[in-house]
Amino acid sequence: MSRYELRFSGSGGQGLITAGIIMAKAASIYEGKQAVQSQSYGPEARGGSSKSEVIISDESIDYPKATAVDALLAMTQEACDKYTHDLKEGGILLVDSDLVPKLPTTGNFKIISFPIINTAKNDVGREIVANIVALGAMVALTGQVSRENAEKAVLSSVPEAFIELNRKAFSIGFEKALAASA
Amino acid sequence: MSKKVAFLQGNEAAAHGALYAGCDFFAGYPITPSTEVSEVLSAELPKIGGKFMQMEDEIAAMAAILGASLAGAKVCTSTSGPGLSLKQELIGYGCIAEIPCVVYNVMRGGPSTGMPTGPSQSDVMSAKWGTHGDHPAICLTPASVQETYEEVIRAFNLAEKYRTPVMVMPDEIVAHMRERVVFPEKGEIAIVPRKSPTVPPEQYKPYDTSFGDVPPLAAFGSGYKFHVTGLNKMQDGFPTTKADVVQAEEERQIRKVDANIDDIVTFEEYMLDDAEVVVVAYGSTSRSARFAVNVAREQGIKAGMFRIKTFWPFPDKQIKALAAKVKGIVIPEMNLGMCSLELERCAQGKVPVLGIFRVDGEPINPDQILAKIKEVK
Repeated sequence: MSRYELRFSGSGGQGLITAGIIMAKAASIYEGKQAVQSQSYGPEARGGSSKSEVIISDESIDYPKATAVDALLAMTQEACDKYTHDLKEGGILLVDSDLVPKLPTTGNFKIISFPIINTAKNDVGREIVANIVALGAMVALTGQVSRENAEKAVLSSVPEAFIELNRKAFSIGFEKALAASA
Repeated sequence: MSKKVAFLQGNEAAAHGALYAGCDFFAGYPITPSTEVSEVLSAELPKIGGKFMQMEDEIAAMAAILGASLAGAKVCTSTSGPGLSLKQELIGYGCIAEIPCVVYNVMRGGPSTGMPTGPSQSDVMSAKWGTHGDHPAICLTPASVQETYEEVIRAFNLAEKYRTPVMVMPDEIVAHMRERVVFPEKGEIAIVPRKSPTVPPEQYKPYDTSFGDVPPLAAFGSGYKFHVTGLNKMQDGFPTTKADVVQAEEERQIRKVDANIDDIVTFEEYMLDDAEVVVVAYGSTSRSARFAVNVAREQGIKAGMFRIKTFWPFPDKQIKALAAKVKGIVIPEMNLGMCSLELERCAQGKVPVLGIFRVDGEPINPDQILAKIKEVK
């Protein structure tokens, strides 16, 4: 079965639901696959836990939530602790190295770690695009959608004035992940 | 030309479905998890000359759409659990006064304010019994974003065709998840127009049964004057307590739906031909059920799914037929056993009805359903 499951997790306000939506849009609209994005979040607008799940498949997707996660992004220590339990053997775990100091000690995952928020702040120039840096990294690590299609999805999802900023964020995230996993 | 596609949330698709159906008036009071319907329609309705009104509360919103509908508009409102409770008296008013309208209710945890961001399927009984008195009920429970779009259109059509309130009730998972939607071309899905009077204003009666069980409805402001009340009424719309008139009118209102069940009830049968165990499911839970049925089949278990698309009127006939041929019915639902009561009623003790009831704000996963399928002997 071609079902591939991704989870973007962290805290509310980090833009992870948006990152999930763009990933699913890239797969569904630009890559020609099937995709479903769902989310769960607390009542808070900011802070609180936030999780966005994306299922990508060549066939139609029934259950819209994750069953065994292929790739997990954790942008807080809490998210990393809470959401690694159903990460597949051999799955991918991407974390922000500044925010997630304690990596899981059990489980056989491929762990990739780099300072995502600081990359957005220092290399791209705006912390607000950390989610797009993370998305670029997830696209590079998972290979579920092409770099070109993912970039199209990013650029069609952001306001005109922020296209260049997001293009740069996506590209740097993509490159950093490749470097970190090499 | 290829069709227009978009990657949308269930609620966003619902709003676009309403626009396709010709909705030109929306009144609402925002509430999680249905607010996106208001967001989209507040932006889109003014562009087409329609009206969007944010009201002071859910009761006022329901009153506003009933009034607008009587003035000839195609109307809807959106809400969730606590808002549905507030709207109930006026939903009954819409039923007895026979005013077409669509009530889109996203099911979240309850009762009361419950769990605003958590999914639930616990409003399905409210859709039929929430307002007091005998009245017709039509309630649709879509399971995907595309289906939400299409079922909202169908809801408008049913509301106009049967001159009654129609509910669309996705659970929070369907309402908030995003999938690709392929938009139909204009004219591809037929839109049912309201039956207008063919008699001059002085001869018009709003409940004139010589035109059938669904009498034509004039629009206020078009020269037709008539009386509208929540009291039991005569054919001219004025109140009555005459026993034979009240009895006949009440029965006609129920008959509008009951005599047309085959036109209204829709469902999906999945791998039922040789099934020994049938999972009956609706809304997002049916997606877990399909997953579980596929795994069961791989393991050699003859399982199938009956997916309820129209929850009310309930597919009695189909469930009775299934109960006569399977060994057991499994019903997963995000409440403590609502559809299960209807299934037991239809099964009449012929086969066991095994429930999986979850109200913790988490979806019912395929493993739970598979385990229950295996309990059927």
